[in-house]
Formats: sequence, structure tokens, C-alpha cells
Amino acid sequence: MGISQRLGQKKQRVIRIPGARNFENYRDILIVLLQKELKVRYNNKLLGYVWSIANPLAAAVVYYVAFEILMRLRIPDYQLILLTGVFPWQWFTNVVGASSNIFVGNASIIKKVNFPRSIVPLCMVMNHMIHYIMSIPVIVLFLLFYHRTPSLAWLYGLPLWLAVHFLMVYGISLGLSSINLFFRDLERLMSIVLNFAFYLTPVLYPLDTIPEKVRHFIFLNPAAPLIAGWRELLLYGRVDWLFWSVSLGYAALFFTIGSLIYRRLSWKFAEVI
Amino acid sequence: MREPVISFYNVSKSYPLYGHIRGIKNFLFNFPKSLTSMQDERFDALNNISFEVYEGENFGIIGNNGAGKSTTLGLIAGVLKPNRGRVVVRRRVSPLLALGAGFHAELTGRENVELNGVLLGLTRKEIRRKMEEIIEFSEIGDFVNRPVRVYSSGMLARLGFSVVAHLDPEILLIDEVLGVGDIRFQKKCLEKMMSFKDSGVTMVLVTHSVASVMNICDRAMWIADHQVQMIGDPEKVVETYCETSGVPLNPSAVNKAAL
Repeated sequence: MGISQRLGQKKQRVIRIPGARNFENYRDILIVLLQKELKVRYNNKLLGYVWSIANPLAAAVVYYVAFEILMRLRIPDYQLILLTGVFPWQWFTNVVGASSNIFVGNASIIKKVNFPRSIVPLCMVMNHMIHYIMSIPVIVLFLLFYHRTPSLAWLYGLPLWLAVHFLMVYGISLGLSSINLFFRDLERLMSIVLNFAFYLTPVLYPLDTIPEKVRHFIFLNPAAPLIAGWRELLLYGRVDWLFWSVSLGYAALFFTIGSLIYRRLSWKFAEVI
Repeated sequence: MREPVISFYNVSKSYPLYGHIRGIKNFLFNFPKSLTSMQDERFDALNNISFEVYEGENFGIIGNNGAGKSTTLGLIAGVLKPNRGRVVVRRRVSPLLALGAGFHAELTGRENVELNGVLLGLTRKEIRRKMEEIIEFSEIGDFVNRPVRVYSSGMLARLGFSVVAHLDPEILLIDEVLGVGDIRFQKKCLEKMMSFKDSGVTMVLVTHSVASVMNICDRAMWIADHQVQMIGDPEKVVETYCETSGVPLNPSAVNKAAL
């Protein structure tokens, strides 16, 4: 039996007359799930905000002490280079790290209720995006402190980079969260991969410290143009179109692969969870 | 004859036993074995079953553990797909979640009602309109504004039942979760379920309590060995089921028990 034939049969096996949920319900699931996440996190309002900033900020301080003070790397504006790398990297790594367990963590609902499951990773990614956006004022404060100002390019640069970053991590998240139901040790593998990615991505160092001979290899790392692009925007106030289009390419690729994996596997979720 | 709202036509469902592939590491180290086990080792949960449930009916499903009752509910809810045969469901399905399963511990009762409601397919507007009614029915009082982690298990069950019961269910799926409230609340649930019958709500009840089947259901189905053994009058089905299991049925005890 051909694959297309089998797929066609699969579709006919379940017929539901009221059909799909309407848009309003879909939107409301998203709002309620987002509110849930934010409420749980920001229950004590100011403290919640401090916590979501504290993590990347503390990381930046540690790197600053280690590399600038103790190891005496002499990179100009190193504080700002760290901050503009660590904050977007946090969004990336938090999403990828949380993806593996996101369906497993909602097992009880997935087993019983038929709702669009892709909304769970979607909500998680948006949640981390909101945290990232809320941390931008902190970056601005540091820029001002070091006598720099946000540029006008932010007006269109921020939405452009947010969109690409969002698409990329959502695609990765869809794929990883689906596969993890079948291979539960994916989470461990991902923490190793993320560790590698962290040092191979220009988070701790600017692009121009990389030896020129190997610099173009950086494009093999999907996170590299993303983080480098954020730094160009946040620190130097310009949109690097090369970085942006490469990131967009990776984002489209990940999103396509992620959605395909999700589509193929999603009807088996309740069986294996 | 009323219209069937749930129809199963020769439905079979088997689960692959993903025995060897608990992880990437194992999958790769046992690669040839993993591939064959993916295709061959399967566990049959339901084998060629057919039945229909009609609008407004209270339909009970009984059977031993592992007979395939919960798989049947999963198929109706649409979280599982059959391997063979066809499942047709003509109304919106609301599953009653097991004790607090759809609840988030840190959120208040009120927020959880909203969360549960949207997942069951309603909009926030519809939920808000029903909110006070739900809270009143559940009798949890001021606790509704506290996080559900401080609730007793009875309170969770009451809130869970109130949510599905009030959010205009069309087909209500209940999987063995009713014995938790106190007897007074059980009676209230029973009355609510009886009122569903008049408003055309279809109820599918999976339970081990033969008393519930006899008291609530209009028809019952007995599943054993992954096949339908008997469908029909609940008392007869329960009687046969009990005889086969070697547990004699005591009718006087059944009549006294409410649920």
C-alpha cells in the first residue's frame, strides 16, 4: 500500500461532525495559557520581574569577572558585548532546554482532551519572548550608562529580529518536544548540544575576535548569525541584512522540519505519553 | 429511533510496544531489533468492536482492568486514532478529567475553571457567563480565590465535575472519578446527570461500580478480551458480568448505593 493511500485512509477513520475549534477558542487557549505562565511567574509582581532579569544579568557579571578581570581579555566595551549576547541567548537556550519536557509535563491533559497540542510549545516560546522583551529596558539602561543611545534602527530592527528568532525557536521547539515523547533521553542529549552551541556561538566574544580563516564557518551554526545579529542591532544600532537573511533561512528550515515532525507524530501523543 | 451521536464501526486499536526504544541511546545500540520491534510487537487493546450511542443516552461501559474501556473513551475523545475501522462522533466531546488533572496547582480555582474551559473548547466569554453557577454548584466557597494546591481532594473533584457539567457538554465522558465527593455531593452529581437526560446531553460512563451502571445508565456495554461481550439493558449486562467474574450480585446493596 502506498504512503499516500495509507494517509488517506487514516484521515477517514475518525469523523467528527462539529469539526475544528473556532478561531476564538484557539485564541482564548493561547491567552489563558500565557496568563497562567505569567501569573505563576510574576505572582509577586516586582520580585518576579527581578528574577527573570537576574539570571542573565548574573551570568553576564560572572563572565565579565572571569574573562575581563581575571583572564584580562582586552576587548573594548566588553560589558556591553556580553549583555547584548547573553540576553538573546537566554531566550534561545531557555526555549530549547524547556522544549523536551513540555508535552511530558502536560501528560494528564494530552491523554484526555483533544486540543491543538502545538499551542503548548507556542505558548512557551511566547512566554520566553515576553521575558526577553521585558529585559530590553535593562539593556537600554546599560547602554545609557556607558554613554550610548538606542538607535532609530531599533524601530524596524526589533520586530524583524524578534520575528526571526521567534520562528526559529518555535520550529526547534515543535520538533524537539514531539520527538522527546518517543525518545525520552533527548533532553540529556540537548543539554550537551546546548553546551557546545554556547561556546561556538558569539555570546561571550564578538565576531571579530574569531580568526579570519575560520570566521565564515560561523554560518554553519544556526545560532551564530542570530546572536551576532542581535548584537549588531542592540549595540551598534544597525540591522545586518546578511545575518538576518541567513537567520531567516535557518528559521524557515527549522520551522518546516519542526512542523513536519509534529504533524507526523501528533496523533500518537496520547499513546506514548 | 434517536440519532446515534457516537458510532464505532469494526474498530480495532493496538498500541505498539515501544519496548526497545526507551531512548536514543538504546535505539541506536539495538538498531535492527528496534526497527522490527516498532513494526511487530503490538498490544491489541480493542479488536473489531462496533456499537452506537444515541443522543441523550446514559451509556455505561464495564469490564475488567485492561479490557479496553479507557481506550474506547480515548477514541471517542479523539486523542487516539483507530488502526482499523471507523469512529464517527457527531457532537462536541467534554471529558471529565481525572482528579485535578487539568488543574494547575498555583492558579486559583477561578483561573483553573477558565483554563479547563478553554481546553474543553469554549471561549472565555462563555466561561465567564457560567462562572458563578460553576462556583456555586461546586460548594467550595471562598476557596475559589485560593490556589488549588490547598484544596482537599474532594474539593478538586467537585470543582472538576462542576466545570464539565456546566460548560454545555454535548457528550460527557466520565472515567471513574465520581466516588470522591461526600455522599451529599454524590447525590447532587447524580441529580445533575439525570437532568442531562432531559436536555439531550449524552453521557458515556466508564466505571467499576456496578451500582452506578444500574442506577444511572439506560444501556450498558461489557467489554472483555478486547471485544464487546454484551450490549443492552444495564441490569442484565451487569448480572452477566458479575456472574462471569465470579462475584455474585447483591441487588439490595445496589439499590441503597447512590453512585
